[in-house]
Amino acid sequence: MIDKNDKSAIIRMFHVHKNYGSKKALININLDVSKNEFLFITGPSGAGKSTLLKLLYLGEPVSEGQILIDGMNLSRISRKRIPLLRRKLGIIFQDYKLIPTKTVFDNVALVLEAMGKKRRFVQKKVNSVLRMVGMEKRFNALPQSLSGGEQQRIAVARAVVGMPKIILADEPTGSLDPESAGTVFDLLKGFHARGGTLLVATHDQELIRKTGCRAIHLKEGRQIK
Amino acid sequence: MILFFKRAIQDIRTNKFLNAVTIITIFLSILIVSTIVLFFLNANDYMSSWKKGIRIIAYLKPDIVEPQKRAHSPLLAAGLASESKNSKLPYGRRFPAASSGELQPNLVDIKNRIQGLYGVAEARFISKEEAMKRLREQMKRQSSLLDGLKENPLPDAFEIRLTGQFPNSERIENLAVQIESLPEIDDVEYGRRWIGRFVKLFDLFRLTGYAMSGIFFIAAVFIVANTIRLVIYSRREEIEIMRLVGATDRFIKTPFYIEAIIQSALGGIIGLAALFAVYIYISTNVEQGLSSDLLHVRFLSLRQSSTIILCSMLVGWLGCFISLRQFLKE
Ligand SMILES: Nc1ncnc2c1ncn2[C@@H]1O[C@H](COP(=O)(O)OP(=O)(O)OP(=O)(O)O)[C@@H](O)[C@H]1O
Ligand SMILES: [Mg+2]
Repeated sequence: MIDKNDKSAIIRMFHVHKNYGSKKALININLDVSKNEFLFITGPSGAGKSTLLKLLYLGEPVSEGQILIDGMNLSRISRKRIPLLRRKLGIIFQDYKLIPTKTVFDNVALVLEAMGKKRRFVQKKVNSVLRMVGMEKRFNALPQSLSGGEQQRIAVARAVVGMPKIILADEPTGSLDPESAGTVFDLLKGFHARGGTLLVATHDQELIRKTGCRAIHLKEGRQIK
Repeated sequence: MILFFKRAIQDIRTNKFLNAVTIITIFLSILIVSTIVLFFLNANDYMSSWKKGIRIIAYLKPDIVEPQKRAHSPLLAAGLASESKNSKLPYGRRFPAASSGELQPNLVDIKNRIQGLYGVAEARFISKEEAMKRLREQMKRQSSLLDGLKENPLPDAFEIRLTGQFPNSERIENLAVQIESLPEIDDVEYGRRWIGRFVKLFDLFRLTGYAMSGIFFIAAVFIVANTIRLVIYSRREEIEIMRLVGATDRFIKTPFYIEAIIQSALGGIIGLAALFAVYIYISTNVEQGLSSDLLHVRFLSLRQSSTIILCSMLVGWLGCFISLRQFLKE
């Protein structure tokens, strides 16, 4: 499915700036992410990590510069094609963003339903992904009845269920105890092992050192070596 | 599609209050509008049967019917009352009695001229003798009062019946003026002059009814739009999340449409059902009290009812369309 030897860039950012009003959140970011790369984005709080990820999934428009993702130019993409971009991405949000009125199963299934997948396929796929994150017994629970670590695992399940090419993870282990963090991290490594590309924003220097993967550092919106 | 229905029904369940508001709004609007429709339907029936009953009486000038004819044929009145078809045959004034069923030529001429006017169904000659006979019948016991009269004071006349759906009061007035302008006609009376005013009032009423229905339609659309906006607002976070995980606008919108249409169909059906209940109540309790041919109330036909329900679904759809269009612009 995915050619592991193809190391061409799947994400490219050219001279990207992002301003929130007069506040400069990102300044001149240039970044290539190759296929099947596991890339960390680090930096202190307020450095612009979440903002960078937001630009990639079009949660916010860029102020200046260009972003290409898997052949799509984000500044040219029409409104109608935004869902197509987002289906290439699995997003793990800093605050999980699970739908509180839907069960665990329905939260995960939503991704596939939105893609128009058949009911039987959705059933099978969601069950297998929930089993993978060890949440198959809680399929009928509502998000608020779950612990933070459990919610995070549901968020991971939702991010991978649509078989995206890229996962964007914002502090996926940030608020978890070491054990839960380990579980979630193993899941991400599994996705990488199957050929996926990952961008992970984190404070956790220990994590980066352990994996030995590339990391970019942000400080006050600037990319530093 | 099944999925969309499931989601729509789930939505209705989770937003019970807002949904109840929408359904009640539509229910009330439909109840009011269909009451108006029903009222005008029946009033219209009543009016047209009434208009059919309108008769214009045209009184002839005194010397149009020749006196000697009258003297020779006292039966003439009865004969004229049941006009024969050979009235066009040449009619000699020397043999009046032999052709008692025929009108004298100038009367035939007047009759034809009147019948040629637009809106006239039939003109019938009523001689003063027949008029007197009718008067006697009407007065019954008091008819002896008439015996004292030496001479019949009543004029000869034509009684003019109008065609069924005679459009409006101005036409009736117009027609009366036209008849009055005939040289042989002395005076015209259309029994109920006030009907003109009544018909005008009725037309005004009907216009008001249309306007009110229109206003209720628009108001219902906006109330539905608003409640749907509230539902969307209460779920904006969920909608945002759906978008972030790759849902299209269509995927997000469809359940709202289904929801709105289910609600408005429900509201419409409940509204009609309520009206039907009121109708049954009225027709069993009130109609009995009145003479039934005076007031025969009918209900909306199946086609009219389904049109009303379709309209209410249109209300739901439009309301949804408006609020979604605003929302998705953001
Ligand atoms: N919607 C917004 N409007 C205005 N300013 C914003 C907005 N989002 C972020 N910012 C600002 O942009 C800067 C970068 O924010 P961002 O959330 O990207 O930081 P971060 O690196 O993710 O921080 P943390 O580690 O705390 O999550 C911050 O100064 C923040 O205040
Ligand atoms: Mg952040």
